[in-house]
Amino acid sequence: MAGLFYQTIARLSADLAAKKLSAVELTQAVIARAKAVEPRIRAFNSFDESDALAQAAESDARRAAGRSRGSLEGIPIGLKDVIAVQNQPLTASSRMLANFVSPYDATVTTRLKAAGAILFGRLNCDEFAMGSSTENSAFHPTANPWDVTRVPGGSSGGSAAALAAGEAIATLGSDTGGSIRQPAAFCGVVGLKPTYGLVSRYGLIAFASSLDQIGPFARTVGDAAVLLGAIAGHDERDSTSYRVEIPDYAAALEGRRGPWKLGIPKEYFGAGLDPEIGAAVERAIDFYRGLGCEVREVSLPHTQYCLDTYYIIATAEASSNLARYDGIRYGHRASGAKDVVDLYFQSRAEGFGAEVKRRIILGTYVLSSGYYDAYYLRAQKVRTLIRRDFLAAYQQVDALITPTSPIPAFKLGEKSDPLAMYLCDVYTIGVNLAGLPGISVPCGFTAAGLPIGLQLIGQPFQEAQLLAIAHAYEREHEWSQRHPALASSG
Amino acid sequence: MASNGMVRDYPLLATRYSLLSMNYEAVIGLEVHVQVKTRSKIFTRVATGYGLEPNTLTDPVVLALPGALPVMNRAALDAIIKAGLLLGCRIAPVCKWDRKNYFYPDSPKNYQISQYDQPLCLGGEVEIELPGPARNLMGEHKRIPLTRIHLEEDVGKLNHGAADSLIDYNRAGTPLMEIVSEPALHSAEEAFAYLTSLRATMIYGGISDCDMEKGQLRCDANISVRPVGESKLGTKVELKNLNSISFVRDGIAHEIKRQIAVLERGGTIVQETRDYDGMTGTSQSLRTKEEAHDYRYFPDPDLMPVVVDEEWKNRIRAGCPELPFDKQRRFIAQYRLPYTLTSVLVWDRELADYFEAAVKAAGEDRAQSVGNWIANDLLRELGKAAPAAVSAGAEGGLSDPHGRFRIPPAQLAELVRLVEAGTVLMNAAKEIFVEMFATGEAPGVIADRRGLKVAAGDAGELEQWCRDAIAGNAKALAEFKAGKDSAINAFKGPVMKAAKGRANPKLVDETLRRLLAGN
Amino acid sequence: MSRNPDLNIDHVARLARLALTPEEKATFAQQLGDVLHHIEQLAKVDVSGVEPSAHAFAVNNVWQEDVARPGLPVEQALHNAPAQRDHMIVVPKVVE
Ligand SMILES: [Mg+2]
Ligand SMILES: [Zn+2]
Repeated sequence: MAGLFYQTIARLSADLAAKKLSAVELTQAVIARAKAVEPRIRAFNSFDESDALAQAAESDARRAAGRSRGSLEGIPIGLKDVIAVQNQPLTASSRMLANFVSPYDATVTTRLKAAGAILFGRLNCDEFAMGSSTENSAFHPTANPWDVTRVPGGSSGGSAAALAAGEAIATLGSDTGGSIRQPAAFCGVVGLKPTYGLVSRYGLIAFASSLDQIGPFARTVGDAAVLLGAIAGHDERDSTSYRVEIPDYAAALEGRRGPWKLGIPKEYFGAGLDPEIGAAVERAIDFYRGLGCEVREVSLPHTQYCLDTYYIIATAEASSNLARYDGIRYGHRASGAKDVVDLYFQSRAEGFGAEVKRRIILGTYVLSSGYYDAYYLRAQKVRTLIRRDFLAAYQQVDALITPTSPIPAFKLGEKSDPLAMYLCDVYTIGVNLAGLPGISVPCGFTAAGLPIGLQLIGQPFQEAQLLAIAHAYEREHEWSQRHPALASSG
Repeated sequence: MASNGMVRDYPLLATRYSLLSMNYEAVIGLEVHVQVKTRSKIFTRVATGYGLEPNTLTDPVVLALPGALPVMNRAALDAIIKAGLLLGCRIAPVCKWDRKNYFYPDSPKNYQISQYDQPLCLGGEVEIELPGPARNLMGEHKRIPLTRIHLEEDVGKLNHGAADSLIDYNRAGTPLMEIVSEPALHSAEEAFAYLTSLRATMIYGGISDCDMEKGQLRCDANISVRPVGESKLGTKVELKNLNSISFVRDGIAHEIKRQIAVLERGGTIVQETRDYDGMTGTSQSLRTKEEAHDYRYFPDPDLMPVVVDEEWKNRIRAGCPELPFDKQRRFIAQYRLPYTLTSVLVWDRELADYFEAAVKAAGEDRAQSVGNWIANDLLRELGKAAPAAVSAGAEGGLSDPHGRFRIPPAQLAELVRLVEAGTVLMNAAKEIFVEMFATGEAPGVIADRRGLKVAAGDAGELEQWCRDAIAGNAKALAEFKAGKDSAINAFKGPVMKAAKGRANPKLVDETLRRLLAGN
Repeated sequence: MSRNPDLNIDHVARLARLALTPEEKATFAQQLGDVLHHIEQLAKVDVSGVEPSAHAFAVNNVWQEDVARPGLPVEQALHNAPAQRDHMIVVPKVVE
């Protein structure tokens, strides 16, 4: 049996409930694992060991007193360093916030605490969640546990890598254009981007407000369902949070086995798709056919415009969202500024990295006088067309199947050209623009041993169905039981 | 003011500025920011307040901490809809929120949540009254059209020290209404009248207290001048920091003169923003057009649209008060009050309500007496007791709806009736009033206790006083007999004197007439 | 590698309050020129009569009632402040 740190929430919860295991023991195991592999993986920005153990002791005490809190009692969960935890650092992997300590909890944090989770560690990411490789972190890159010379994906690379390397039982990330699903695919774990509005964004450092969504990374679809159940639901502190009934996602997995009507968007299988990935996804499609699912080709005709639409909307919103990082009330303040205006210029120049600056420039430009209509307004209209494509497809099918990423994990430093990096997100971006739920589940490995992700895209707020479809695949495959070679050496 | 050239004093006519070479006309538009009176801020539920310890009214949203998100305050929306209905605006069926992007240290997010191309209120007008030919005559009324009213958030406050500046974010996020007039004002007096009326409307609606010292009403003016007859607008100058209504008037008057002087010299007006210093009566340039901002407005993705349906409007409409000018017209028509008296009564909503309550108790035909008691005696006593309370309706709002006037309206009505019935004499009533104000006692009780009611008894004594009075004034007796009825009054003085002022005037009159008839 | 003739890096960086080095300006102009070139294809999409989407799922009138709740204690509020005095944030003297 693999180490404790590679067990599922389902299994660990049972052991904790049966008192075969204490939360302190589990947390110690995870900490020991992290200490062993972290020099190679570098998934964390910071780690408060004593705080984690104190939380674990409290969890054990609650359990002993018969006051267990909920579905995550005693389970160590890592959070991407863009989600606020009171009295913990919150850096967005940026020099700008290197010394920032959050005075408040994000809503998801409050909910995880209410479910009994042990929150530990701040997980690395691309600075302000801008990137697809976690190389844009101001602190250090994170390595892919399957091949430490490769990137873990991004922007939630730390969340994916920590989980794949056994440094957490589950983690949360955020997904603006694929930032959960793509690193999940690169690291061979499950990553779910919920429907926009299902999970509160309050306390999530905003990148692009109309696209951002927090979601879980987990070893299995079942674990992702447990985590989603703990964090989903209306929040009056987030005006974009949707009032919707939250079902028991975990129970829904076994509820219905299909057969479902599945759509294959033809635009997602064109040039640029790695043949090994294409073949793995084809095999998964065949599996669903074998389950009795009706599989048909569908078209999302505006797919080719997703990337451009995304980079206009995301950077425009980001340019405004990141204006608050000015060195005045908190964050990095340049020394020796001659006046307030100079203080802005210098603090922001010193505090932000290159990719953030690039996106702020682009976003500022597309909103600027004379360009708004041609760029931002037009992109919002094309966004409408992109949403309509998906909604039209859902007239015919229950969910869509695509690759998560056109390529497997690439080498650290391999993609230096921003546009080339942006093109990695072609299959994940449309989901954010349309606000849909999407999940990446492991569906095989390349010949070189790199994980491959299968993306399933669901209908709005139909996460229960989406998880059930993913689970039907996962339960018949053993990809999730494989662990990187790091495991044996670590 | 040397830098602005020679500024002569020209007589300020209502709308025309006469000069040696030609006549000029001023065109003025006002942009007024009014703080909406709510308990919590516009996009988060931390309290609003004034004069508190710095940075004690903040939370993650106010400070724009990473991850904080805005949520609308329903009461702020109610308030702007009410303002729109009171001013006759069209209420937009759908409106949205936009981000106005600019960097400034008092703006925590470095963008302001505002409404750009879909404001909540469009059109509408503010009724104004210009000074009349005399104080007791109603002046000309005009209706100044509005462009729009929208809702937005206030910024924090900068305190400038010698070497640095200090920021207090307590005010940041307070709801603000921006009320934009058309460029339809033509003089400093009109601008003054506009602000006076607008402020009264806001106070009447309970929308804002409009205390300018607390920054609850702030005004910027766009001013240009052009030769009379010219249809093209002149280059406009924006005047800022007009932080009292008189400064608005003085600042605008000053700017009009300045612009005319520039044109008279053959110069051209530079489009710029100027800062008016009310203490020195001078202005200086803050920035010129080239430094104008590019605000990069775009819809705020963190907030959802506002949809205003008929039901919502009707609910607000039901709570809309009658506006001062409408009330004034009604008081004149319904109670036959003179203009001057209505001017005292209508601008303070509580005072007007108090007046009407007392009239209701006293009877409508006693309205003028009631009004006079309020205008003369009540306001005088209030002024002595607490000078601030007199203007509370105009400055501090409806802060003390119970007991602000101390005398219950029914008791004031009772006093009016006692005087009218002759039970107490006017001089005694004045004393009684002062005591009513001080003690809250009923007028009858005070009159009895202090023996101020007219002595009703001893008819013999009264008759004797009357006989003595008639006997003592043969000239008046002759006049009366000759048919001059008013000559009877000449006897009343001595009677009253003999009675030490406590005779019932009606009885005195009757007794005198009876004696004169039999004489 | 393309430069976009419309993209005035100096002007945009000034709007964004970002001090850029000459090297950054040159690289960004080049890289963003490529991105903007790619984005040009959006002009081909027929968007006539299409409503813009500001939200994935718009809901009207999302608000709270006007109830004041406690905020942050001032020490918490200023905990991350780079410079403070008398419970206020200190910045270089702001003129105007
Ligand atoms: Mg304005
Ligand atoms: Zn404004």
